[in-house]
Amino acid sequence: MDSERETYRPQPDFGTPPSPAERAGAASVTVIIDGREVSVAPGTTVMRAAALSGGSIPKLCATDSVKQFGSCRLCLVEIDGMRGTPASCTTLVSEGMKVHTQTKKLEKLRRGVMELYISDHPLDCLTCSANNDCELQDQAAAVGLRDVRYGYEGANNLAQPMDISNPYFDFDPSKCIVCSRCVRACDEVQGTLALTIESRGFDSKVSAGLTSDSFLSSECVSCGACVQACPTATLQEKAVKEIGKPERAVVTTCAYCGVGCTFRAETRGEDVVRMVPWKDGKANRGHSCVKGRFAWGYAQHQERILSPMIRSSIDEPWQEVSWEEAIAHTASELKRISAKYGRNALGGITSSRCTNEETFLVQKLIRAGFGTNNVDTCARVCHSPTGYGLKTTFGTSAGTQDFDSVEDSDVILVIGANPTDGHPVFASRMKRRLRQGAKLIVIDPRRTDLVRSPHISADYHLPLRPGTNVAVLTALAHVIVTEGLADEAFVRERCDWEEYRHWAEFVSLDRNSPEFLEPVTGVPAADLRGAARLFATGGNGAIYYGLGVTEHSQGSSTVMAIANLAMATGNIGRRGVGVNPLRGQNNVQGACDMGSFPHELSGYRHVSDAGARALFEAEWGVRIDPEPGLRIPNMLDAATDGLFKAIYIQGEDILQSDPDTKHVAAGLAAMECVIVQDLFLNETANYAHVFLPGSTFLEKNGTFTNAERRIQPVRKVMEPKNGYEDWQITQLLAQAMGLDWAYTHPREIMDEIARLTPTFAGVSFARLDAEGSLQWPVNEAAPDGSPIMHIDGFVRGKGKFVVTDYVPTDERTGPRFPLLLTTGRILSQYNVGAQTRRTANVVWHEEDLLEIHPTDAENRGIKSGDWVRLASRSGETTLRATVTDRVAPGVVYTTFHHPATQANVVTTDYSDWATNCPEYKVTAVQITPSNGPTDWQEEYEAQAARSRRIKGHEGAMEPAE
Amino acid sequence: MSAHTTEKLVYMANQIARHVTHDPDPVSMIADHIHAFWSPRMKADVFAVLDGPEGAALDPVARAALDRLAAHAS
Repeated sequence: MDSERETYRPQPDFGTPPSPAERAGAASVTVIIDGREVSVAPGTTVMRAAALSGGSIPKLCATDSVKQFGSCRLCLVEIDGMRGTPASCTTLVSEGMKVHTQTKKLEKLRRGVMELYISDHPLDCLTCSANNDCELQDQAAAVGLRDVRYGYEGANNLAQPMDISNPYFDFDPSKCIVCSRCVRACDEVQGTLALTIESRGFDSKVSAGLTSDSFLSSECVSCGACVQACPTATLQEKAVKEIGKPERAVVTTCAYCGVGCTFRAETRGEDVVRMVPWKDGKANRGHSCVKGRFAWGYAQHQERILSPMIRSSIDEPWQEVSWEEAIAHTASELKRISAKYGRNALGGITSSRCTNEETFLVQKLIRAGFGTNNVDTCARVCHSPTGYGLKTTFGTSAGTQDFDSVEDSDVILVIGANPTDGHPVFASRMKRRLRQGAKLIVIDPRRTDLVRSPHISADYHLPLRPGTNVAVLTALAHVIVTEGLADEAFVRERCDWEEYRHWAEFVSLDRNSPEFLEPVTGVPAADLRGAARLFATGGNGAIYYGLGVTEHSQGSSTVMAIANLAMATGNIGRRGVGVNPLRGQNNVQGACDMGSFPHELSGYRHVSDAGARALFEAEWGVRIDPEPGLRIPNMLDAATDGLFKAIYIQGEDILQSDPDTKHVAAGLAAMECVIVQDLFLNETANYAHVFLPGSTFLEKNGTFTNAERRIQPVRKVMEPKNGYEDWQITQLLAQAMGLDWAYTHPREIMDEIARLTPTFAGVSFARLDAEGSLQWPVNEAAPDGSPIMHIDGFVRGKGKFVVTDYVPTDERTGPRFPLLLTTGRILSQYNVGAQTRRTANVVWHEEDLLEIHPTDAENRGIKSGDWVRLASRSGETTLRATVTDRVAPGVVYTTFHHPATQANVVTTDYSDWATNCPEYKVTAVQITPSNGPTDWQEEYEAQAARSRRIKGHEGAMEPAE
Repeated sequence: MSAHTTEKLVYMANQIARHVTHDPDPVSMIADHIHAFWSPRMKADVFAVLDGPEGAALDPVARAALDRLAAHAS
């Protein structure tokens, strides 16, 4: 544990990245460095070899996150048999090489170089915010710099204006040594290529694009890679200036998206100074995005609720109470309602933002304490079709690869996902592979950034009409099968051949040809044929998908169509291939794994499975209902029917995130006890009777499981401001309901999970601490976890081909609603925005905008910036328009990050046929010019303000959402 | 039970039927699906309207699946 919680010191920097051989753990080369015999992998630089063996060659332009550059001339060494003084960062080791890193000659050369650097650098070390945490300072010490013979009077680059436009970091060009580390990090690590070196020679200067650009106005996406790479105070977090150098550091896991980046929280006293991406994190490999790196200030936001509150009716103001009173009141209400209406009038929702341990306890409380299987989770509205589709076809409800796998992909097919906005750190890894030459197929109604960005251009962009995913995938399969491009050897060996033949016969029908389907999908047949041929013949083919696949009436069918395509082309079971769902929230995978669905116990075992139930019944000492419980939409239906009366919601805002807002509101309003456990008074809390303040990921211990099935530790950085970690609150409630829970630490909960869940059998906090992370299944068959699944056979045995016929959604355009609305995310905001809206990230996105094609805009007399009314059969809202050809004619697009927009007032209650995952991605709408907010929006605002009143805080600032 | 809810259950059953037309045994497929994923209350509610006017809106294959489940449940 000590290595994860320690006194602050910078993470070791080995100067240059590991060679491919080192990463593969290949055979070694032996060299002698300053008399030390060192064995390293072939392709290792002399600099890295020295650092790996505990040495330290002075350096400035080298850092192990980017390729060697050889510009600073500080890392010169002497090598027996070689002339001159080669740069150790660009010289590779060879067998028997004898290297001298510290000689009189080298010292003199290095001091000379350092003198030049320092002659154009301010000497304000004592008052500099990087003091004692600056590589330039360290290297000046390392080379023994004693004076600068050139003086400081000559021409220099000092006293240049600072760029403070970015809300999180400053750029101080006076302190820049033009090592290009930031520019290279922007190019190689992030792949945005926003930064450049302007001018030349002595006038060389780092610039964010054009001379007229600041960091904020430029293409910079504020990922922090440049800040991370900067060896001086030139690019530095504002928080370091304000708070000071960190003194303590804790390695933990980000709580934003499903990439699951490992960060080191660096603190001073009780303040987080910064979150720094951890190089040993296997999901992110030292990279970060604007959310994880910078947008954690919501944890300290003034609107955070820290005291429990209750009220008897939602028309009343909240009453702050003690924890004891809140828990006793909640338990007595639950018992009253259970006695009056029966146990099935109760239920709950687990959170994809909370830890595995917390999620496990919530479903345990509902199944064992409430005595019902009425438990569901926010995955219902995002990736439930992934669970259904992949379980049906492959036998397991999860993606098949680790993120590293993309490094071996030759053709990357991205469908219904916008990774540069939704999963930015993985997108950077994908873009790196694309810059190396991998081919790219994007299937998306919008021209996402991935389609065309610096040094990346999709080989095919198939801009399909929203709702026609299955038609496009079937047409791809049609081309592959009818042109004889299927990998039949793979199919014969690994899949059920009869099912394949049945499927192949179906996809070969003329009505599934790209030409026949072109009028339906809007995708030119020639492009579709080209994409199919490329995917089938281009080498390792990997499919990445997101909510643009799942959130449709055919979501489950689309997932199965993707699985069919991967199997038919033999793209399963090795690195570089696979079916990869990009998960929305940090712990969607975990919440699903932990038994959050009404029909499943942890590890995806159906509640009707008597053997599985018996395990839980023995451990918990209660009877488990063998019948599935209600899903979220069915809970709301049952509520409006007067049959469902109490709900415990941990960390989810169903009123904002679920479709058909009015129906959700009616369902909540019909309940007698709505318990919301969250950080803020979210939209759902407007209908709550009990509010239990939750804790942030910085304030708890536990684990998250990311999109790669990687279980990663979450470690407490500070004490919970609300008094308890979320699992403790659930335990208090369980105890008050009469359950004899006595967990003292989440590790004990994980031990219970491991006892009850075969795929988690080998997981424990001790192992996670020792190994950093583990990818499930971790059991006897795979003691070290499973980076890649289905290697020798599918989990279900033979891979199953399922015929997926295109069935158009019932949501149709017509004269009244002629356009199709689809929804998505933007980089700087996260989901319903409860966290990111409470950070400076709002400078990038302060409101949701409606993207509309110039033709559709012109027909309606709409210009960018105009207010427009967005109406569907379900409802209407207003927002401002932005006119862009990123969307095709007939398609409009918006995000759902801001409650004032209420985009889900417009979405319908159509849903996936198999899982009832809502069809967020297709709504028939009309757009008309408007003067401002609708009556509904105004009424909603007023109702929200009323319901957020807190007794004793009247007159004080209303927590405005 | 509101008409809205039963109407929705009928819609759900029909929707499943429309998506499994290519299954070798669609009646079993639908019956298994509803058995595995619907709560007892949802099943009871839809069984209750099988012979009423709302049940008339059922797709014949979905109806066959529900008839089988209902017979099994009683």
